[in-house]
Amino acid sequence: MSRVVLAIAALLAFGVLKLPAERALSLQQRQLQIADVMNLDLREKLGQLGFIAALSGFRAAVADFLFIQAHVAWERTEWGRVLFWFRQVTTLQPRVPLFWDMAAWHMAWNASAAALNDSSQPRMALRVKAQREYFAIGKDFLERGIKNNPDEPQLYESLALLYREKLNDHEHASECYAKAAPLSGAHSYDRRFSAYELSYCEGREREAYERLRALYDAGEQERVPTLIKRLKFLEDKLGIPPEQRISENAL
Amino acid sequence: MEPAPHRGFSFGRIFAIASNTLTDLVRQKVFLFLLLFALVVIGSSVFMARLSFQQEFQILKDVSLGAMSIFTSVLAILATARLIPRDIEDRTVYTILAKPVPRFEYLLGKLLGVLVLLGISVVVMSALFFAVLYLREQTILGEAARQFSAAPREQLDDALNQIRASGLKIDIVAGVAVIFLKACLLAALTLFVSTFATTQIFTVFVMVFVYFIGHLQAAAREYWLEQQSTGWVGKTFLALVALTFPDLQTFNIVDEIVAGVVIPLALFAKTALLGIFYVVVYTLAATFVFYGKEV
Repeated sequence: MSRVVLAIAALLAFGVLKLPAERALSLQQRQLQIADVMNLDLREKLGQLGFIAALSGFRAAVADFLFIQAHVAWERTEWGRVLFWFRQVTTLQPRVPLFWDMAAWHMAWNASAAALNDSSQPRMALRVKAQREYFAIGKDFLERGIKNNPDEPQLYESLALLYREKLNDHEHASECYAKAAPLSGAHSYDRRFSAYELSYCEGREREAYERLRALYDAGEQERVPTLIKRLKFLEDKLGIPPEQRISENAL
Repeated sequence: MEPAPHRGFSFGRIFAIASNTLTDLVRQKVFLFLLLFALVVIGSSVFMARLSFQQEFQILKDVSLGAMSIFTSVLAILATARLIPRDIEDRTVYTILAKPVPRFEYLLGKLLGVLVLLGISVVVMSALFFAVLYLREQTILGEAARQFSAAPREQLDDALNQIRASGLKIDIVAGVAVIFLKACLLAALTLFVSTFATTQIFTVFVMVFVYFIGHLQAAAREYWLEQQSTGWVGKTFLALVALTFPDLQTFNIVDEIVAGVVIPLALFAKTALLGIFYVVVYTLAATFVFYGKEV
């Protein structure tokens, strides 16, 4: 028995030695946002059992389970539940862009459309209000997703699409596409889309023209019909001299 | 002819004990859990086919690696917990230790046997997981190539790149290696507990407790060091948890690897080093206690 006590004492001494190394490693991991699930916010959202499960190395599995719950809720068009589950999923796995993207898509596209077509609400003004609230929730998911995954082009692209299609904010849409374009894994059309969106912004036509023209001059692969159409529109609007315009037969 | 002089330390003896331990464990049909793993991986792959390919790959990776982590941890605890009690029960330990086999060689051989078993299990599970993921990726790539056959080259490339980015990546191997290290740590710690435990059940019970506390150790350590607890009882308790238990949360980096976080090589090396350090310390502690054990 005395050997057991001595061994445990030795382990305590080892504990003192390992503590600085263990803490430094933990801090280094936290800088990469690894294993940082010990926040109270998560505990409140998951409940004690879920929190323990998440801490015991099943975080990803718990998040997947909740994601499937959200998927089922979506199939049943239970939007409150979809939001509830996605908030938990994204808290558990903030480094998975897919979850932020899916959460935003369900809120800003599906739930918002359902709110606008909600026959149980007779007042159109309230339907529109509910729709806008869902747009805002979707936007918030994407913005927080970007904060957690600043190098992920998919989230910037989704936010750009939201600004363009739902919020009719071409300036911000252009900014988001521009931010996505230089990132690894971005779609090849991001640079073009950024310029297209800018071309719809009052007062920024000259800048848009220059960017579209630069893309046009970059080569055949960029000379897609939409780009040429927008370029021609801006040439007319800005009164570009004929000798500087692109060929009439470009399209 | 004179007999060969007896050596104080012999790799041959350790390998012989390890080999016997491994054979014994294989005879106990511990590999049956691999079938369960195969069911989990293939089953989740089939079930997830209704989701988009990004969702399918994400869940397949999470479920497979989560299952790999829990299976190796459970295997490490259960396989190690039974080693010494079983040898005492069927009196094998007396036969071995009656010969000039030092006790630390006996323990090292036993542990090595379990580590080889864990290694084989991890390799088999990884191979199965990689094969399922690769096959699904190839299927989806083929489908996308057909769907985009009439589309411009740029769109096809974009679609294929998206699929490849979500599919099999070599970084996952680092995550698998850390899962193996965590299992080795648990095996060494189980060996230590089993040197003074009276029954196998007690060892398993203690290890389940250690497993959960180990994952909360980092929280206890930060609360203790940042003086967030009040009263000496609380502080002492947190200090004991922080100093006695291993930080198992450190070995849960596989989720981030799946999410696409690039783990720097230095960070991986430090994590591996910490794992090896734990294994050595717990094995030394087990040896120390086992030398005093009456068998």
